[in-house]
Amino acid sequence: MTYIAKPKLHHPGLPTNKLGFTRRDYEGRISTLCAGCGHDSISAALVQACFELDIAPHRVAKLSGIGCSSKTPDYFLGQSHGFNSVHGRMPSVLTGASMANRDLIYLGVSGDGDSASIGFGQFAHCMRRGVNMVYICENNGVYGLTKGQFSATADKGSKAKGGAVNSDSAIDLASLALLMGASFVARSFSGDKKQLVPLIKAAIAHKGSAVLDVISPCVTFNNHAGSTKSFDFVRDHNEAVNKLDFVPPEKEITVDYEPGTTEVVRQHDGSFLKLAKLHSDYDPSDRVAALTYLQERAAAGEVVTGLLYIDATAPDLHEHLGTVDAPLNRMNEKELCPGADMLETINAEYR
Amino acid sequence: MAPTDIANPDYFHKVVDCQWACPAHTPVPEYIRLIAAGRYSDAYMINWQSNVFPGVLGRTCDRPCEPACRRGRVEKEPVAICRLKRVAADSKDDIRDRLPKPAAQKNGKRIALIGAGPASLTVARDLLPLGYTCVIYDADPFAGGMMRTQIPRFRLPGHVLDEECGYILGLEPETRFGQKVESLKAMLAENYDAVFVGCGAPRGRDLDIPGRKEAVEHIHIGIDWLASVSFGHTTKIGKRVVVLGGGNTAMDCCRTSRRLGGEKVDVVVRSGFAEMKASPWEKDDAMREDIPIHNFLVPLEFTHDNGKLTGVTFEKVKAEYDAKGRRKLIPAGEPPVHMECDDVLVAVGQENAFPWIERDIGLEFDEWDMPKVDPATMRSTHPKVFFGGDAAFGPKNIIWAVAHGHEAALSIDLLCTGQEVTQRPSPLVNVLSQKMGIHEWSYDNDVSLDLRFKVPHAPKELTLKDVNMEVELGFNQELAFKEAQRCLNCDIETVFERNLCIECDACVDICPMDCITFTPNALEGDLRGLLTAPAKNLTQSLYVSSELKTGNIMVKDEDVCLHCGLCAERCPTGAWDMKKFYLETAKAHTCSR
Repeated sequence: MTYIAKPKLHHPGLPTNKLGFTRRDYEGRISTLCAGCGHDSISAALVQACFELDIAPHRVAKLSGIGCSSKTPDYFLGQSHGFNSVHGRMPSVLTGASMANRDLIYLGVSGDGDSASIGFGQFAHCMRRGVNMVYICENNGVYGLTKGQFSATADKGSKAKGGAVNSDSAIDLASLALLMGASFVARSFSGDKKQLVPLIKAAIAHKGSAVLDVISPCVTFNNHAGSTKSFDFVRDHNEAVNKLDFVPPEKEITVDYEPGTTEVVRQHDGSFLKLAKLHSDYDPSDRVAALTYLQERAAAGEVVTGLLYIDATAPDLHEHLGTVDAPLNRMNEKELCPGADMLETINAEYR
Repeated sequence: MAPTDIANPDYFHKVVDCQWACPAHTPVPEYIRLIAAGRYSDAYMINWQSNVFPGVLGRTCDRPCEPACRRGRVEKEPVAICRLKRVAADSKDDIRDRLPKPAAQKNGKRIALIGAGPASLTVARDLLPLGYTCVIYDADPFAGGMMRTQIPRFRLPGHVLDEECGYILGLEPETRFGQKVESLKAMLAENYDAVFVGCGAPRGRDLDIPGRKEAVEHIHIGIDWLASVSFGHTTKIGKRVVVLGGGNTAMDCCRTSRRLGGEKVDVVVRSGFAEMKASPWEKDDAMREDIPIHNFLVPLEFTHDNGKLTGVTFEKVKAEYDAKGRRKLIPAGEPPVHMECDDVLVAVGQENAFPWIERDIGLEFDEWDMPKVDPATMRSTHPKVFFGGDAAFGPKNIIWAVAHGHEAALSIDLLCTGQEVTQRPSPLVNVLSQKMGIHEWSYDNDVSLDLRFKVPHAPKELTLKDVNMEVELGFNQELAFKEAQRCLNCDIETVFERNLCIECDACVDICPMDCITFTPNALEGDLRGLLTAPAKNLTQSLYVSSELKTGNIMVKDEDVCLHCGLCAERCPTGAWDMKKFYLETAKAHTCSR
């Protein structure tokens, strides 16, 4: 946490993007989180990703629940829309917003408490529905705001700062997202922006529910020996399945790549995901294999990261419901309310 | 890249760009903070220790610190360091009780100082409190040297100079004012333990072109004419004046002319405007007083009517650059230009002149007829003779003279105490954490976004009427505070403790200037390109740690760091700390003995 605002001065050579913005233009207010919090790194990665994608800030809506993680939307994209909702209810509020205005980019920001405890059901259902969003879970394994009790994602057998050992089974949000039908599932680490930034970009470009489970060490309550969410543990046990290179739609893939070592996925918006395989037999298009692999490696004490699963052609909620292309909030009363005669016709169909 | 050795005082000293650039290495940010705190006397004393003439320099310094100032690299203009120094001098209380007293006991060593300018006075100030007997010779009847004879009173009021020369004369040197030294051999025969030559560069260069001899009455050598004005011998000049030359002396000549009756004063320079030797602000001040500057004109002839000057004829030239980038002025092929005038002031440079130094006393001269002087010790090839100021390496400026004086005094002290003159004592260095609480620092780390404030001037209608009326009014205390807040506190250094770092990236994320990167090691040339913001300014250092746990190293590009301390505030483990680096150069009177 810092008292003074980040000075407006910036590096004289700071680049601008296509919109003429610098990376600094995508920042938000000064963070009030603990110094060194992993969440601040995730905010920085989001800033970097949005800058690189040339996103107009007013086209983004940030929604969150309650918790350290859910405070962070204040600390990035200060010019975007924001909604700090009820604890665990971000998915419902976001779903509603997405239904009303499908044109915005939706960033759902949540934490392990917000998603795996009080909002567990909400998490599951928005995956099932395929809401077009980026769901970022800033996962530190503890309740930081209430002084560091184990959260539902804390690994069984891991140690709290005070020495207590966790006896409960852990919820793995990435596995759960796979089970529930999310069409983009990735896991990353707040301390590895080289991996995280391309994943965020790919997730933003993805149509449907894109889940990013980002392990984000709590420097105050969960960064000690015995923790499985500390900087040291994650760095020592990080097993990346692939290395992602995000190629925006307007760019052609010109770099040669060897089939078998690199896989290319074309997304709905025309962007390409170039995946360099780090594990030769890992196939990110195979949901069942992905689930198995995650279980296997978790049992071996490893933290699997990278783009775990992608289905670039999956339909999203709007497709499921057959909604109109125009955002509902831009329709007038006449379009939205066709009148008593039409209602009568519809009702007649059910009689 | 090898890890940075921060134990070497030069490393952090170089980060304090202003102090590093200052020949006397004045701790600039420290006194600027004191000015902001309203502690003008303390700010003055820091200056006085280091540069001896804060009031004079706060008005006249060539300010090598300002082009170096980091502020100039992060926004448009540097901090007005020079004029802040003046505020300390103008607003201080009576500081006389804080000055050293004349030595209670003499040490029996006698030093001759030739010339009573800034270099000699600095030597005297450093040596007198130690018990040395300093005998100061000057041809003029006053102390001050070129500060008195060449700098016009409207830039440097007499009382400021009197006060600061007085502090040194108060240490009771023996003065032989009005006594011109005619022979160094004779001086050495007087059995001085050391002789310091600080006689300046007293000869103004002349211009030997047709008409010079015939029209001699109205053609004056710039520095001689300024001295004559300073001493009150000259009080008038013709209505139309041409000043030849593009240095600061030319600027002083033209502005003085405007005050002595010159209504149409023109400055004519051989070179282009940008290449002129005068400081940019001195050119601005001249132009503000309705003095046009004409460039690319080479004087051909003084025209006269039977010995009465009528004007100057110039040839138009243009600049051409050869393959090596050297400039050559070649005729533009246009007809000559004639400028009518009543008086001409020739300010085309100064030369050293040592007709009084015999060439058979073991003091060697180089091919340009300058004494051979070691720039570190200021000693000539004669073991007892030292040089400083313009006499040492040709015309520079006051702050260089002061720096030379300190080094020469140190050398003289080493010599007289039987030590090796080349063994220079190390500077006094102090590095201390400024952390006072979780988010509290002993300095104001909230960076001001104000642009440089302008120093108010007295109305031109008044200043042009009085050659002794100071033009600049100086910052008032309110403006001084605001200008002082622009200082980035570069002496509050970012210090990295590798063993505490957990590589959480918090410092990288918060740094407003993208100074910090964690990356695999590489050679410096490659490393500079690998950083979050490529480090293109090769004059600025990279601060590099040894390998961290992940195998990466921490690299900080010092170039545009705001010293805001956000890296240290965001660091969860205290791996970054903000430590004040205070360096005072070794001086004769501060070294342990």
